[in-house]
This record gives sequence, C-alpha cells and structure tokens, in this order.
Amino acid sequence: MQDYRNKPPLSYYRTALPSVDYSELQGKLIVIEGPDAVGRTTQVQRLKPWLEEYGHAVLDTGMARSALAGKGIREAKEGNTLGPITMTLYYATDFADRLENEIIPALRAGFVVLTDRYIFSIMARAIARGENRTWIERTAGFALVPHAVLYMRAEVKDLISRVVVGRGAFDYWESGLDLHFGKDMYESFVRYQSRLIQVFDNMAKPYGFQTIDASQSPDRVFASLQREIAKVVEMESPAQRAIRLKAARGAKAALKLVPGVAPAKSARKAAPAAKTAPKASAR
Amino acid sequence: MPVFLQNRLPGRLIVVEGIDGSGKSTQMSLLSQWLRRRGYAVTFSEWNSSPLVHETTRRGKKKEMFTPTSFSLIHATDFADRLEQYIIPLLKAGAVVCADRYAYTAFARDVVRGVDRAWVRNLYRFAIKPSLAFYFKVPLDVALGRILGGRDALKYYEAGMDLGLSRNIEESFRLFQGRILEEYEAMIDEMGFHVIDATKSIEAQQKEMRRIVLHEFGRVRPPGVLGTEVRVAGLSQ
Repeated sequence: MQDYRNKPPLSYYRTALPSVDYSELQGKLIVIEGPDAVGRTTQVQRLKPWLEEYGHAVLDTGMARSALAGKGIREAKEGNTLGPITMTLYYATDFADRLENEIIPALRAGFVVLTDRYIFSIMARAIARGENRTWIERTAGFALVPHAVLYMRAEVKDLISRVVVGRGAFDYWESGLDLHFGKDMYESFVRYQSRLIQVFDNMAKPYGFQTIDASQSPDRVFASLQREIAKVVEMESPAQRAIRLKAARGAKAALKLVPGVAPAKSARKAAPAAKTAPKASAR
Repeated sequence: MPVFLQNRLPGRLIVVEGIDGSGKSTQMSLLSQWLRRRGYAVTFSEWNSSPLVHETTRRGKKKEMFTPTSFSLIHATDFADRLEQYIIPLLKAGAVVCADRYAYTAFARDVVRGVDRAWVRNLYRFAIKPSLAFYFKVPLDVALGRILGGRDALKYYEAGMDLGLSRNIEESFRLFQGRILEEYEAMIDEMGFHVIDATKSIEAQQKEMRRIVLHEFGRVRPPGVLGTEVRVAGLSQ
C-alpha cells in the first residue's frame, strides 16, 4: 500500500478535483473513523460543543447526509438489490457531493470540519466485501488529506456488547448480510466486523491514523479525542487568549501561559462529562 | 493500464458508442433483430437507466447540483447497478447483451468536463470487457444536422451548459459535442473500437456490422450461448 503520511493536510491524496483552488483552504479537517457501533457518533456530538466553546465554527458531517445522494442511498438500502460495487460508488457520490459543497466551502471559511467517517469507511466496506483495493483507493483519491484521522479501535466483542445492550438487535448492513458472511446475523456480524477491523488496522499506518482505544469508557475516549484534536486545532479560551496577547504586548505578565500548553487541562474543565480526575481523587 | 475485466462468462457483450446523432441506436436495433433470427437470446441495457439511481440523477439534474466529479460518480453508480444486477447475470446465463453506450461514454464526457483521464478509467475497472465495441464515426456537422431541429429542446447537462462554454444552449451543445468527438477519436486505438463509417447508408453500415459479428462470433452459435429456442422467461421475446 502506498504511504500517504508525508502528504500535507488539505492537499489531495492522488487526484486533484477539477476547479478547486487548494491554496484557499485554511480550516481544519478532523476525521473520526472506526467500525460500526464503536461510539463515533456519540463522541462527535460531544466534540462539537466543546470546539464551539473555544470559539471555533464547526461543521459536522457524515455518511449519506448529502443533499444529492443521501435519500437515494437510504432508499437503496431498504430494497434488496444493492450490490457491493454499486453501494461503494453510491457512497462515493455522496462523499463527493459533501466534499465539494459542504466541506471545502467550510474549510475555505476557516471552519473546523468534524466528520463522522470519511473515505476510509467506504474503502474498508468495499475491501471487506472483496472488492479490489487499488480500485477503491484510486477512486477515493480525490479526498482531502485530513489534519487528523482519529481511529476509534475496538475488538468485535466490544462492538457486540454495544449492539446488544445499546440497540437490542443486529443491523442487516452492519452484519454484512448482503454477502452472507455467516449463517445468521450474529455470525455474519462477527465475521464481517472482524474483517472491517482488520482492514482499518492495515490502513492505520499508510494513512497516518491516530489509534484511540475505544474499549475504554466513553469519558476516557472523549478525553483521548480531545487530546489528539488539541494537537492540531488551537484550543484556547477567549480569556486565555486575551492574557496571552497581553503578555505578548509586553505588559506585566502575571501568568506564564504558553500557547498550546493549556488544552488538556482546560479541555477537561470545559467538558463536565469528562470527570476522570475527580473520580480518582475521591478514592 | 488494464481497462476492464476479461469476459470469462458464456454470454457476449456488444457495445455501440458515438456522439448523439451518429445513428448507433438504429444500428443496434437492426443488429439485435438479426441476432435473434440467428438464434441468440438478445437483451439490452441502456446508459443511465438504473432504477436504483434514477431518482438521485433526476434530482441532481433538475436542481443543477452536479460537479464534474459527482456527475461522473453517479453515472458510474448507475452503471455498476446495471452491471451487477442485470448485465453479469445475463452474461452468466449465456445471453447476448447489447449496450447502448458503455464506460467509453463516461471516458469521453467526464474528461471533457475536466475529470482526470486516468481517474475515470480506473473508476470503471470493474466493467466487463465487451466482445465487440462499435464506434460510429461521424463528422460533427452531420450529427448535429440529424438531431438539431427534429427533436425536443436541449437539456442543461446534455448541452454541457455546466461547462460554461457558451450561454447559448445550442452553441454550447455544438462545442460540447465537438470536444466529446475529439475524446472518442483519441480512444479508437486505445480501446480497440471497430470503427463504422456513419456517413454511409444505413444498409451499408449494417452489412459491415454483421460481417464483423460473424467474424467474431463464428457462423455457428457456440455451445453455452443461450438460444431463443430455449424458452427462459424474460430472456427471449
């Protein structure tokens, strides 16, 4: 597999989109990836207000949410004739529409774009279904290189408990039942999701994923995601910013605040749900 | 670059390509009737006709939502659906599948829209290589003369209005078709098209096609290729 780790953020992986001026892009692109039922969506919902608290304008987006193809995909999944290549390309169409009409305009305007899944899920699903790796890698090669790909990794057993406890039933597509990976929903889910995890694992290195252990509690996962995001997005409260600017102007600096040092600590403060520290001290 | 997968299935795939007004559909219709008389089970697949994708394409066109990339991808999705659900199963059954336009149409149109040439060729790598691909070669003025006038009003994407070549829809259509023609011409050797001179009489073109089919298929229907005498529901007329 080709190594894309030295590709700068907000350039394209392999193929430039026609009529896009890449030099205009200035926001931050953060990708949350991982298998089904790993808890991505919950985390994105918490990350958005956290980022906004720090004054960042956030666009959150995710699969099958495009104005163009979202409805068509949902309808196609309701039927029983959606083949694996067709599904892959339908999702690629949806992604292209969101990339060009939502993500790129938001980046141009300096937004933080938080995306629940990216091309890696499209690629993983295709590869797990036996489609040609080179074919889908090149097809998806018009995607922008993100500032960070946070891969929420868990074992199949963790996913199963989330599905059973959280949803109470296995989903047809999440179980890969379109290709009958196993005798029933459970067996198919186990085999299909194991393959997906394997494929994600193989992509981690060449695409520079930051792997987050998603078998931990949601709060710990949230804290890990915050830490990784703070490495690429400036996390400074308006008050901290004022102090820093004052210090920089040469005024008497009472506080020694270096930009980029505060995030982890202040992040915890800003997010009341992440109470790992108080719990530890109570013991 | 390897384009398409070899057809290892018993059926045969015949493709007609060319710009609008080249007369390819007329010729395909005549050829299919002749193949039926020779005992083949013949079926059709038309460009942009997947029921699964139809509504999305319609919405995108109506609201003029497409970019060159999403336009290319939705047509590939449409193609994939027809291939997975229709063309491949019929080839497995041993039918002759006649395709009015194939991936070559995307190679020509999408590249004119600014899509990367190598990217769109890779996009269709899952397609089956046709047994025969006929290209109907016609000068631009002849094709335009056949269609402008005797037809409905031109549509936005059909005329390539999204390229901004001209604000006049008919002029835009001319320029767009001219560029597509150039792409087709450049593809002849790369794709191994059988070139049919579409300025000749309909009869002469058909004679030439039949000669090529006989040469390729042989005079006797090969074993494994379904005949119309085998009455399979939905396959024969």
